[in-house]
Amino acid sequence: MSDYQTIVGLEVHVQLATKSKLFCGCPNRFGADPNTQVCPVCLGLPGSLPVINAEAVRLAVMTGVALDCTIPAYTKWDRKQYFYPDLPKGYQTSQFDLPITEHGALAIACDEQEPRTIRITRAHLEEDAGKSLHDESGAGGDTVIDLNRAGTPLLEIVSEPDLRSAAEAKAYLTELKLILGPEYLGVSDCNMQEGSLRVDANVNLHIDDPKKLGKSIATPIVEIKNLNSFRAVERAIEYEAQRQWRDWQETGRRIGEAPKQTRGWDDNAGKTIPQREKEESADYRYFPCPDLAPVLNPGLEVERVRLAMPELPAALRLRLVTDHGLSAYDADVLVNQGREVVDYFLTVAAESGDAKLAANWVTQHVLRVMNADGKSLEEVGLPPERLAGMIAKLTAGDLPSPRSREVFELMIADDLDTDAAMAKLGIAAVDESELVAICRELLLANPRVVADVEAGKQQAVGALIGQAKKRNPNADPGRVREICLELIAKGV
Amino acid sequence: MAISRAEVERVALLARLDLDDAQLEALTPQLAEIVAYVDSLAAVDTAGVEPMAHAVELHNVLRADEVRPGLSHEAALANAPRKDSVGFKVPAVLDG
Ligand SMILES: [Zn+2]
Repeated sequence: MSDYQTIVGLEVHVQLATKSKLFCGCPNRFGADPNTQVCPVCLGLPGSLPVINAEAVRLAVMTGVALDCTIPAYTKWDRKQYFYPDLPKGYQTSQFDLPITEHGALAIACDEQEPRTIRITRAHLEEDAGKSLHDESGAGGDTVIDLNRAGTPLLEIVSEPDLRSAAEAKAYLTELKLILGPEYLGVSDCNMQEGSLRVDANVNLHIDDPKKLGKSIATPIVEIKNLNSFRAVERAIEYEAQRQWRDWQETGRRIGEAPKQTRGWDDNAGKTIPQREKEESADYRYFPCPDLAPVLNPGLEVERVRLAMPELPAALRLRLVTDHGLSAYDADVLVNQGREVVDYFLTVAAESGDAKLAANWVTQHVLRVMNADGKSLEEVGLPPERLAGMIAKLTAGDLPSPRSREVFELMIADDLDTDAAMAKLGIAAVDESELVAICRELLLANPRVVADVEAGKQQAVGALIGQAKKRNPNADPGRVREICLELIAKGV
Repeated sequence: MAISRAEVERVALLARLDLDDAQLEALTPQLAEIVAYVDSLAAVDTAGVEPMAHAVELHNVLRADEVRPGLSHEAALANAPRKDSVGFKVPAVLDG
C-alpha cells in the first residue's frame, strides 16, 4: 500500500424549519397527500410572482453566525437553469455569486485527536424541487410528479475539501446536525429519513509522487450522491478511496485528465456506481432573478442575531470542563444529548453541590433509562431536584452507596423522592458505631480470618462481608473491610 | 460579435428547442445581430460605476412566515396535459 491521503468536501442541504415555503405561503410540511400544498407560485404558473420568506432569511443568517461565516451586507437571487420534470419553472431559484453567508468554519473532534477546523466555503439559500414518484412495477410506466416539496426553503452548506477521512466526514456531519437540529439552533429538523438533511460528498486522493519527494498527485474528483445515512457517508467514502486507488494504479489518470464524475452510492451492494452524465450538465446559465429584489443584511441586524444566539455545543463543552471540572468525555456526552440534558445536569450539579457525581449519574444512569426505554427526559420522570437530593444524601453518607442504584430505580418507578424511596426499601444509614460493633463480633467469631490477615492475607476479610450484610443489609462493603482491617491492626 | 451555427445548436439544446436545418440557418444570423446589438453596451464607459444585480432599486421585499391557502388538489392538476388521481404524469424518468 503506497501512501495516499483521502480528500473530502461535503455539500449538505438542510431544509429550513419555516412554516411556509421560501417564496409562497404554501405549508412547508412533510408527509401531506401529493399536490395538496401547492399554489400558482410553486407550480410555476405564468404570471405568478415570488415573495421572499423573512424567516428563511433569518434562519440562514443564524446558521451563518453559528458557523462563523461572514454575512455580506448584500445578497441576491439567481436562476439556475435545467430541465427536470420535478422542477416546474425550468429553473431553480438559488444564489450564485453573492450567497447570504460565506467563509465560515466548524471545529470537529475525531477519535480523541486534537480538534481540527474545517473551512466552510459558503451557505446559500435556494428552493427545493418536487418529488418524482417512479413506477416501481418495473414495467416502465409513467412517473408521477408531486410538487408539495417544490419551493420549500433549503440552505446548501458547502465545505472546503478539508476533511481527511470518512471518520472526519462523519464527525463534521454529526456536529453540524447537532448545531442546526432541534437540540440547539432548531433551524432544521435535520431528519435524514424525511430528507430534511441531505449529503453529497466530493472525494479524491492525494497520492505521494514516487518521482518527486514531497509532492503529491491528485486523482479526478468524484461526487457521490444518494447518501441516506451518516453510516452510508462513511462507507461510501471508504469504498471510493479504495476504488480511486485501484483506478489510479490501473490508469494513472490525474485530476483534469478525466471530467468530474458523479457516482451513486448503492447501500445494499456497498459500492458506488457511475451515474448517467447529463451531456451539458455543467452549463446552468445562471443569471440574476428579475422577479426577486436583493436582500440587505446590515451589520447591526446581524449583530442582533449574534447577541440572541444560544450557547453552541463547542462553547458549552468548554464551560462544562472549565467551570464544572468535568472530563472532556463527560462534557461531550452531555452536550451531544442536547441543551435540555445539559440544563438538567446543571440543575443537578448546582443543587447537589457535586458536579462530578452529578455528571456520573446523568451520563450513566439517567441516559441509560432514556435510551433503554426510548424516553425523553421528561418522560423519565425524575426531576433534577430529586436526583440532586439523592446525590446530596450519598455524599453526606446518609445513603449507603451500594444501595443507591436501587433507590434511583425506585424513585423513577414509583415517582418518589429519596426519603420516600429509602423508607420503602427499608434503607437507613448505618450508624458507624453499629458497624464497628458488627465487625468486632464477626472477628471474634472468626479467629481464622484474623490469623490469615495477620499473616498478610488481607483479602481474607472478604469472607466476613457477606455475614456483615446479613446482619445489616445497609452495611457498606468497603467500610466493613476498612473497619475490620483497622480492628485487626489494633489487635481487635 | 460572430455567432457560429454550432453555438446556436448548443443554445437550442440547452433550451430544449428542436430546430431543423432551415431554422438553424435562419436563426444563426438573427442571434448574431441580437448579440451584436447588446454588445454595443460595451462601448459605454462604466469606470467607477457600481455593478447592479437588479434593474429596480428595491431591496428587502419580504413577507412574514405565514401559511396561506393555495390551490386545491383538483385545481392544481386542472390544466395538466396528463395526470392521474395523485399528480402530474410524465414519461418514465430514469433516476440519476
Ligand atoms: Zn406555493
